[in-house]
Amino acid sequence: MTGEYRLADGGRIDRDRPVRFRFDGHDYEGCAGDTLASALLANGVHQVGTSIRYGRPRGIAAAGPEEPNALVQIEEPFPEPMLTATTVELRDGLVASGLPGQGRLATEPDPARYDAINAHCDVLVVGAGPAGLAAARSAARSGARVIVADADTEFGGSLLGTRDELDQAPAWRWIDRVTSELQASPDVTVLPRTTVFGCYDDNYLVAVEHRGEDAFTRQRAWHIRAREIVLATGSHERPLVFPGNDRPGTMLASSARTYLHRYGVLPGRRAVVFTTNDSAYAAAVDLHDAGVEIAAVVDVRPVATTVWTARCVERGIRILTNCAVTGTSGADRVSGAQVSSLPSGDAAPAELDCDLLLVSGGWNPAVHLHSQARGTVRYSEELGALVPDRTPRGVRTVGAAAGTFTTAECLRAGSEAGSDAAREAGFHADVAEVPGSPSGPVTPPQPIWLLPGLSADSDDEQFVDLARDATVADVRKAVGAGMSSVEHIKRFTTIGTAHDQGKTSGLLSSGVIAELLGVEVAEVGATTFRPPYAPVAFAALAGRDRGDLYDPIRVTAMHDWHLEQDCPFENVGQWKRPWYYPQPGEDMESAVLRECHAVRTGVGMQDVSTLGKIDVQGPDAAEFLDLVYTNKMSTLRVGRIRYGVMCHADGMVFDDGTVMRTGEHRYLVSTTSGGAAGVLEWLEDWLQTEWPHLRVHLTSVTEQWATIALAGPRSREVLARVTSDIDLTNDAFPFMSWTDGTVAGSGARVCRISFSGELAFEINVPWWHGRQVWEALHRAGSEFGITPYGTETMHVLRAEKGFPIVGQDTDGTVTPHDLGMGWAVSKKKDDFLGMRSFSREDTARSDRKHLVGLLPPAGSAVVPEGTQLVDSTELPAPPVPMLGHITSSYRSAALDRPFALALVKSGRDRIGQTIYGHVGDELVPVEITEPVFYDKEGNRRDG
Amino acid sequence: MAELHGESPLVTRAETLAGSSVPGVLHLSEVAFTAQVTLRVDPKSPAAERIGTAVGTMLPNQPGQVARTERLQILWMGPDEWLLIGPEGGAEQLQATLTEALGEEHGSVVDVSGHRTIVEVTGPKSRELLAKGCALDLHRRSFASDQCAQTLLARTGVVLLCRDVEQPSFWIFVRSSFARYLADWLADAAAEYRV
Repeated sequence: MTGEYRLADGGRIDRDRPVRFRFDGHDYEGCAGDTLASALLANGVHQVGTSIRYGRPRGIAAAGPEEPNALVQIEEPFPEPMLTATTVELRDGLVASGLPGQGRLATEPDPARYDAINAHCDVLVVGAGPAGLAAARSAARSGARVIVADADTEFGGSLLGTRDELDQAPAWRWIDRVTSELQASPDVTVLPRTTVFGCYDDNYLVAVEHRGEDAFTRQRAWHIRAREIVLATGSHERPLVFPGNDRPGTMLASSARTYLHRYGVLPGRRAVVFTTNDSAYAAAVDLHDAGVEIAAVVDVRPVATTVWTARCVERGIRILTNCAVTGTSGADRVSGAQVSSLPSGDAAPAELDCDLLLVSGGWNPAVHLHSQARGTVRYSEELGALVPDRTPRGVRTVGAAAGTFTTAECLRAGSEAGSDAAREAGFHADVAEVPGSPSGPVTPPQPIWLLPGLSADSDDEQFVDLARDATVADVRKAVGAGMSSVEHIKRFTTIGTAHDQGKTSGLLSSGVIAELLGVEVAEVGATTFRPPYAPVAFAALAGRDRGDLYDPIRVTAMHDWHLEQDCPFENVGQWKRPWYYPQPGEDMESAVLRECHAVRTGVGMQDVSTLGKIDVQGPDAAEFLDLVYTNKMSTLRVGRIRYGVMCHADGMVFDDGTVMRTGEHRYLVSTTSGGAAGVLEWLEDWLQTEWPHLRVHLTSVTEQWATIALAGPRSREVLARVTSDIDLTNDAFPFMSWTDGTVAGSGARVCRISFSGELAFEINVPWWHGRQVWEALHRAGSEFGITPYGTETMHVLRAEKGFPIVGQDTDGTVTPHDLGMGWAVSKKKDDFLGMRSFSREDTARSDRKHLVGLLPPAGSAVVPEGTQLVDSTELPAPPVPMLGHITSSYRSAALDRPFALALVKSGRDRIGQTIYGHVGDELVPVEITEPVFYDKEGNRRDG
Repeated sequence: MAELHGESPLVTRAETLAGSSVPGVLHLSEVAFTAQVTLRVDPKSPAAERIGTAVGTMLPNQPGQVARTERLQILWMGPDEWLLIGPEGGAEQLQATLTEALGEEHGSVVDVSGHRTIVEVTGPKSRELLAKGCALDLHRRSFASDQCAQTLLARTGVVLLCRDVEQPSFWIFVRSSFARYLADWLADAAAEYRV
């Protein structure tokens, strides 16, 4: 037997498959098909935890995702906090404990896999109760692509919790038939255990599928784009506000019915049923028939419905009309209910013994997704609930979610909505037949928010939001402080902000506010429904975007060679670039000094494939480049190369690189490694929107080429070993020119450009040949001691020459003039991007920050990059006037001392002065110099 | 010219792709060294017509349309942009053909053979695999044979080409520097089919 409260038969659970689990240190047994909540109830356990503020005992109040109380911490199979016992599927070996409103994250990594998938459909049906199943069937029969998703482990929705019949047979037969039909349709995706938790613009919805603890993927996020949506999300029963309404054993009436019919569990032995509407009578009758003693049905209405009265009389169930439960007793579990006539306070209440108190305050249509889809809601006086009002195009809300509460009506409306949605999506769709379903007359509910005649002393025992421990007293405090907006009161009281997002408490709080303010509920309204509808694990949202797949890693054609050298890599944008190549026993500083020395005195080689390359073609290419660079490119001769600077319209440096003229109407532009995509976008933007008259085409060719920089006084000799068809002499192949030829057997474009100041060549070969050519150069250079070098050495060498790096020595507030590159700003052009900004007063200021060199005392340490610079030997009281900061700082092999580049106010006018860098607690003196430290005359570039 | 092809961008991922393949379910492999040329020209110009004649089929003019000849696949990439795919080693000749047909008219012909490589995905699970990282609708009614699209797959830009809608077959064109990332992503996404 799987618990003393388990019935011998009935329900959707499998008694032949017992499931052992542990809760709060006790071992229990449940059945396959149980939730943790139903298994606990089967074992007579009602109290699950304690409340977050007052530590009051709290039990299982519901049977689904609306559960405000029964929060558990899962320990095994993997620690997970803050799940509701009503939505945790029972499995062998489950270990859980009750929570006092807060859980604890796992400290070990989650071994489970989470992933994501995109899906498209003509019709998405959310919810697979009677309305949703009928809708899905109508839509599916038209041939439309249909997705039907439901949060529960099996389809059927509310039908699973009743013994209602369809076509004079148990409802599950119809559910099974429709589900099988849907599963057999090739273009229908059936998604049980899938919560659609967010609805966004253009019918884009996100769902999370729980595929099971043993599945390859534990949870999968579904990104669904639907042409048409049918929302058949059902409704949640609303509790009632009365003193002591939080005691374990207090449960929504329909939930008790679900435990009975779906799980074969009696949630108690003797029940009091407290209601404002007809639906709780079904619970009373069904529980009575299953052997639960019904102490009384307490109905706030003056008259009960004839049909239900008759059924109760048949069974000897007492109905107390015009009455209310005005208090409860019991320690950890309800043991009695006090019942008073309304208005209460006239007479002493009667005490009814019970171990179960069922409540029903009416039904809230689950309008969450409807509302997220920008549908509006209105308060229906008749139903005492928020119901959909206007529905946006492409969305249909049907069934209980639309305030339709009979099964027959839900089936009919669902079937119509499904065919309507399919037709809107362009299919010929009929309204599929629906099964017959009995339905009797319904007497309207009498919504009640606050029981009349209770003393204010009981306010702090009348819970509005069980999850947040918020009471009528809290709402009264908010109203007393002058608040009248439900949004303000929500934030003041925290009502509706817990894991359940106010599924049971939302409208309840509006009702209580309305009563306290003396206004209509419609006037108070409700707070905004926001995603997620139900809690979603961050792991499910992260999916596979973690570890090496978090962001693309871009590599060059020579990457494996670098890996073989075991060199550390530097991240440059998404690229991995070799940082330096340490030899055994070397640290970074010694490796970089060695690499620098090799380039200055012998020859080095670097992989520079990451630089962006854009092919620019067209009769107006020259004019176009004149507009986007600060300097003139139209005067460049074919075969020559020019360095260029690009500015944004504000005149600030944005990117730089070389420009090769490869033909009368053709250029090859290079960009920084990290800036390539941004530059192409920038150029296309101007071309397409501002200068569409220019006949120019841009093509990204970054990865067409593998590019190798060969630098140092011996570089010519090395290159000569692997090429026979290029005249490498200075006269034939001068600085800042390029030529095509063959290098190591590969077609190559070779350039004479230098970022180190040394004689240097840049060899571009097709990507596929990159590694071969690299290795050939490396072999050819071995007798010259060729030294591969990384980004760090490249940075040091260029800094010795005072070449700035955009993004390191600039930060978007630096003009070419600030960099000392006024020479690169044409005075002859009519226009170029940024030109007008150079005549602004601000860009002409004499105290702008200039790029200058800094020399700390020889023999001292390298001053950290980012160091702030001040004018005095002692720090004055804040705010300290700042002169600028260090942008680049290294140790120079050639100078045998540390040096730096910095942006310093009026820096060029202060050359020779000493200022101070603030390092730790010290002020380190640094002398301002020209930014060029090495080979000022430029004698070395020709070898 | 006796040039060696050297190494394709996914040479070190050949085993990864092969190992992710499941007979009868999914097959992944690199299609390396194809000739790829980007063509930009005004589709209404006489040059576009001359190019059509020279290559043996008119340039496709519908978004995502692909034209085929015996040697070439021509992918519509934009209102005045096409990507031409030819057999290995054919890039020079293809460029020469296009350049000659273009004549003096404004347009551009750029060799991008090394810029991207191709991953071929075939098998019944192809669409599901791609759906894990691609937001486009790849259903047979929406993305048919000889259709292409520029889109994101996982976190990298790709050109997606449907080669066969009945026996699902796709080519994914990916920039060479992103190719390993994409291969690793595909292998990860395909892992469940090997279980």
